[in-house]
Amino acid sequence: MDALLLSLRLALCVSAILLAGGLPLAYWLAYSNWRGKFLLEAVVALPLVLPPTVLGFYVLVAMGPRGPLGKLWQTFFGHGMAFTFEGLVLASVLYSLPFAVQPLIASFESVDRKLLDASAVLGAGRLKTFWRVILPLSIPGVVTALVLSFAHTLGEFGVVLMVGGNLPGITRTVSIDIYDRVQSLDYEAANRMALVLLVISFAVLSLVYAVNRRVGRQLGRRLWTPWTAR
Amino acid sequence: MDTVDSQVNAPMLAARVQLQRNPAGSAHFELDVSLQISPGITILFGPSGAGKSTLLDCIAGLVRPHKGRISVSGEILFDSQLGLNRPPQTRRVAYVFQTLALFPHMTAEQNVAYGLEDLPDQECSARVDEILKAFRVDTLRNRRPPEISGGERQRVALARSLVTQPRVLLLDEPLTGLDSELKSAIVDDLRAWNTARRIPILYVTHTREEVDALGERVIAMDHGRVVSEGLPMDVLEAPRRKRLAQAAGFENLLSGTVVDLREADGVMRVRLNESLCEIEVPLGYATAGDRVVVAIRAGDILLATTPPHDLSARNVIEGRIVALETRGTLVRARVDCGVEFIVHLTPGATRSLELAEGRRVWLVLKTHSCHFVQE
Repeated sequence: MDALLLSLRLALCVSAILLAGGLPLAYWLAYSNWRGKFLLEAVVALPLVLPPTVLGFYVLVAMGPRGPLGKLWQTFFGHGMAFTFEGLVLASVLYSLPFAVQPLIASFESVDRKLLDASAVLGAGRLKTFWRVILPLSIPGVVTALVLSFAHTLGEFGVVLMVGGNLPGITRTVSIDIYDRVQSLDYEAANRMALVLLVISFAVLSLVYAVNRRVGRQLGRRLWTPWTAR
Repeated sequence: MDTVDSQVNAPMLAARVQLQRNPAGSAHFELDVSLQISPGITILFGPSGAGKSTLLDCIAGLVRPHKGRISVSGEILFDSQLGLNRPPQTRRVAYVFQTLALFPHMTAEQNVAYGLEDLPDQECSARVDEILKAFRVDTLRNRRPPEISGGERQRVALARSLVTQPRVLLLDEPLTGLDSELKSAIVDDLRAWNTARRIPILYVTHTREEVDALGERVIAMDHGRVVSEGLPMDVLEAPRRKRLAQAAGFENLLSGTVVDLREADGVMRVRLNESLCEIEVPLGYATAGDRVVVAIRAGDILLATTPPHDLSARNVIEGRIVALETRGTLVRARVDCGVEFIVHLTPGATRSLELAEGRRVWLVLKTHSCHFVQE
């Protein structure tokens, strides 16, 4: 059960960080007119196509004792970053970034621009327009972003294996645990954990689609998922 | 326009706006207008694509013109020379969009209060109450836009814009889709609201019916330019001419191409087809390059046998008489000037000028005898 609790804790931390960071990033990506925007869009979408091992490899190198991130971490906290829970959080944040940012961008972009014009003409600055108009009308996107980054983090394997290793209670997440049990031919225990993960994932996705239907009907539009066409 | 004194004192919107757009895949668009809007309702009339909404966007500060100057009561909102461009938030220009753009997740009351949230609660709610009553939507205050009717939404949108006490109100076809009775009820409430405040209201429409119904000063726009302004009757006269020309049987219907517009002089030059003839005609709904038809009555053309000079008439065209036919008391001359003109003369004039086939002559056309008909 340690592994499950660790996975849940990791997923919670990652979704919270992704929401906080994803809102401004998605806002910028949705509304900026900067020419080079496509570059950042590509970077954000990279984890969708990159093998987790590649991502994990570079993150590991960066947070290793000789990597820039590792060195910085060392000076601030006095210990290395690789194979820690914090390191795992960072890697997972990068890995799940598109799952948080893409639905936010999609829902920000679907807010009628005339509403933003109306808000500006009524004297509201960007911040007020964001909190009072854009965000409330993007709630489905926010829910999707949260749930997808939670579920995606819960299910990750490759990145965790590369960056976190397999330290019980620190970096041994559910997926690693299952892999371990299968390796040691403990199929029964593996099945128990796999079933828990399956149930949780199914419940979470059902929730997304249920909210999608209800809220989507109210606001007259659909939620973003990696499978909806833009 | 009023006297100079009242222009200084009354709130007045003055806008000179130049803007070019070259959107990929669509035609080049150029907006080049200069307007003075006095208090009360002014109708901005013209076909879709004339640049009306873009002009409103410029005045509201949502679109930045390339050149020009926009001011309200002498206070500058935009000036390209000074490099000044006030953001929409501080312009105090209210704008009701064609789609109304009510916030769908807020109640009518929250929508109306949105622009007043910096005020103390008490003052805010007092003003919201007042305007909801003025526009007869106070009973709907707790309903959201999707739950109320089209006309009610339009009233809420007006209330939301006007509650901020703007200095100018821009209305972009806000009442489309309403029946005329409902429309005039809303306009009456708007007029009542504005009697005390006297702010300039610019009302955009592309339907003739609305111009007739509102019966205010009209500015007609087409192809990004102001083509005429005045009372509805005068402004709408221009396109009516088209039908009149066909009905009234102008003898000369000559097709040509608009060369340029001289707005300051109220004229445009038209080159007649298959000739080098260029004639000046009164400014109409056209832009350079447009194919047009110029209608001229045969009796409105003067004929001279020597090159005339020192004339007030702007169009003198050299030609040669091809045929002369006497029809009772009327002589019909066909004159070839590259294009053929029909000229009506009296038999006496024909005799004293010793007109004959093959004779070189000069045709004289007053600008206002040349009626412009869009092809």
